[in-house]
Amino acid sequence: MKPVPQQRDEELEHHPETSAAAAPPPPPHPPKRASGGGDWERKLAHGLSFLRRRITGEYEVDDFGYDEDLTDQVLMSMLRPMYEKYFRVEVKGIENIPESGGALVVANHSGVLPLDGLMLQVAVHDNHPAQRHLRLLAADLVFVLPVINELARKAGHTLACSEDAQLLLERGEVVGVMPEGFKGIGKPFADRYKLQRFGRGGFVSTALRAGAPIVPCSIVGAEEIYPMVGNAKTLARLLGIPYFPVTPTFPLLGPLGAVPLPTKWTIQFGEPIPTDGHPPEAADDPMLMFNLTDQVRETIQHTLYKLLVQRRSVFF
Amino acid sequence: MGRKALILGKVVLVTGVARRLGGRFVRRIQREPDVDRVIGVDAVAPEHQLGGADFVRADIRHPTIGKLLAEFGVDTVVHMDINGTPLGARGNRTSVKETNVIGTMQLLGACQKAPSVQRLVVKSSTSVYGSAPRDPAVFSETTPPKSLPSGGFAKDTVEVEGYVRGFARRRPDVAVCVLRFANILGPCADSPLAEYFALPVLPTVIGYDPRLQFVHEKDALEVLRIAASEPRRGTLNSGTFNIAGDGVLLLSQAARRLGRPTLPLLLPTLRWARTALRSLGITDFSPEQVRLLTHGRVVATTQMRETLGFDPGEHHRRRLRGLCAQPRSRAAPARDPRPYHRPARRTAARRSPEMRSAPPWRMPRSFRSVRNPGPGGRGCARAVRTGPRAR
Repeated sequence: MKPVPQQRDEELEHHPETSAAAAPPPPPHPPKRASGGGDWERKLAHGLSFLRRRITGEYEVDDFGYDEDLTDQVLMSMLRPMYEKYFRVEVKGIENIPESGGALVVANHSGVLPLDGLMLQVAVHDNHPAQRHLRLLAADLVFVLPVINELARKAGHTLACSEDAQLLLERGEVVGVMPEGFKGIGKPFADRYKLQRFGRGGFVSTALRAGAPIVPCSIVGAEEIYPMVGNAKTLARLLGIPYFPVTPTFPLLGPLGAVPLPTKWTIQFGEPIPTDGHPPEAADDPMLMFNLTDQVRETIQHTLYKLLVQRRSVFF
Repeated sequence: MGRKALILGKVVLVTGVARRLGGRFVRRIQREPDVDRVIGVDAVAPEHQLGGADFVRADIRHPTIGKLLAEFGVDTVVHMDINGTPLGARGNRTSVKETNVIGTMQLLGACQKAPSVQRLVVKSSTSVYGSAPRDPAVFSETTPPKSLPSGGFAKDTVEVEGYVRGFARRRPDVAVCVLRFANILGPCADSPLAEYFALPVLPTVIGYDPRLQFVHEKDALEVLRIAASEPRRGTLNSGTFNIAGDGVLLLSQAARRLGRPTLPLLLPTLRWARTALRSLGITDFSPEQVRLLTHGRVVATTQMRETLGFDPGEHHRRRLRGLCAQPRSRAAPARDPRPYHRPARRTAARRSPEMRSAPPWRMPRSFRSVRNPGPGGRGCARAVRTGPRAR
C-alpha cells in the first residue's frame, strides 16, 4: 500500500496511537510528499555537488576563461527570469545554427546596455537542440572594468579581435558578434531598427578563413528598452566611456531609471550563409568581403522590418 | 650508429647551475648518450650535487666566459641564468637584472667568437607578452603584445630575446632555440609565482580573476633536454616556442585547489601589501606580477606540440593535480604517497621537522635562501671537479 520506504518508520511510530481514525489520511499524502521530496532531494544533492566542485576548484575552464559549470548552473539561471518573464523572448529559426562545428552568429546591437547579447546567449543555450553555447565577442571596455571582466570571461565572452574569433571558430564553437559595436548600442531612440555601419567587415574575413557559416540574427524589442533621447558627451569623456545615455528616466530617477522597459522580444535566426565554397585567398579580397558584409547586413535589416510589421505592440 | 659516433664528444655548457632547476638539468643532461661532458657555470657555488659535471665558478657578466667556451670546446650552450628572483637573501633586483641582461650580452658575445658553438638554448619566459586587458586571449609566438612590459623581469626577457635575435642573425650557423616558459612550478622552482603560492594567504585583486598557465618543472627539464639535443625526425628544435602545460587555471580556482584562503584587495592596497611583504623579507611581487595577477596570460602551445614535438598531455595534468591536491591543514602527513614528493624526500633529513611536513615547493623563501656562499671572488674562473663521472 505504501510505495515509499522512508514513510515506513514514521508509519510504525504512528500505528500504536492511531488505530482507525488516522488511518485514511496517510494514503493521499505519501505519494505527493514522496515525489516532492525526491525532487527536492535530487535538487539538493545536485546543488551540494555543485558547491563541492566550486569549493574544491574541481572544474575546468578553457583557454578563454570560460567556466561552463558556473555558466550553466548560476549565470544562466540568473538571466533566465529576465529572459522568460520580463522580456518574454520568442525565438525563431534556431535550427539555422548548425548542430556541430563552428558558426558565426551576426546580430544587430542596441539598447544602451548589452542586454541583447546576454539574452541571445540564453536563447541559444535554452533552445538549441544540441544545447550549444554561444561565445560572444565583447568590446575591450568590458575587459577593462573590474568584476564585469571576470564575469564576462567566465560566461564565455572574449575580446572582439580577429585572433580570438578565429581560434574559437577553429575549435568549432558558435561565436556571436555584433559588428555595429558602440555605434549600434549607443544610437539615439529615433534611429531604432536602423542598422549602423558594420565596422570594416572583419567578421566576414574571419569566418572565411575558418570556413564557418554566417548566421544572420535579428533581435526585435531590445531597441526600446532604454529610449535614449540624449547623450552627455562631456560626461562620457570624463568617465572614459563611449557614451553617457540620457533617457526620460535615467539620470532623473537615479538607479530606478536604470530599470529597462518590459518590451516583448523576438529573436529570429536567418538562413546560414556558407563561406566554405570560397578559395583560401578570398579572405583578403576586399570586394568579396564588402559583398558578403552587405548581404548579411541587408538580411538582418529586412528581417527586422518584417518582424516589426508582424509585431502587435511594443509591450505584447 | 654512425650518427651517434659523429656527434660523440658533445660538450654542453649550462649557466645558472646554482639554482636547483639548473642543477637538476645538469644531472639530467649527463645521462644523454651523446653528451660527453657537461660544464656548469655560476657566480656562486651550488649547494646541491652536480653529478659528474664540472663546475666552473665564473660570472657570466665578465668576459672570462669567452675563455671558458674556447678552453672546453663547448658546442651546446644552455643559458638558464635568466631569473625573476634573486638567488638567496643577499641578492637584489639590480644584480638579477645585471645577470639577466649584461650576462646574456657577454655570453652571446663570447658565443659569437667561439666557432665551436653549434647550438644555443635560452630559457626565457612568457612574460615577454606582458598582460593587458586589450590583448587577445591567447598569445601565439607571433602575437605582438599591445603594451610592452615597462620594467622588471618582463623587460629583462624582452631585452634578452632582442639580443638573442641579434646573435641569431650574426651567427646563422648556430641553431638558436628560445623557450618561453609559463610559470614553472615544482619542488625546485623558484619562480615569483611559486613564491606567491607559498604564502599562507593569497592576496588577489578585487574584481579580477586572472587566467594562469603553469609548467611542471619535470616538463620544463624535458623541454630543455629536447632543445639541447639533436632534433628528432619530423621535429625542429630551433626557433621560439611557448612552453606551457595543458589546461588553464583561474587564480581563484588554483587557490581553491590548494585550499588556500584568498585576500581580495583593491589595486592600491595590493601595492601597499607588496611593500609590506618586501620589507618583512617574505616575498616580493613586482609590478609586472601584479599585472599578471590582474589580467592573467595564456599562450598557445601548438608550436610546442607540433614543431618541437613535446606533449605534456596527461602527465602534466596529473603532476599539476599532484601539486594542487595539497592537504587542507598546514600539518601535512610526513609520508605522502604522491610521486612528486619522492625526489624531495631524499633531502628531507637535512630539513627541519616542520619543513619536512610541508611539501618542498611550499617552503618559504627564508628557508630556501640559506646557502653558504663559498670561497673565491666574483669572476674568477676555477674548475672544480665535483665528483667522479657518473658513467
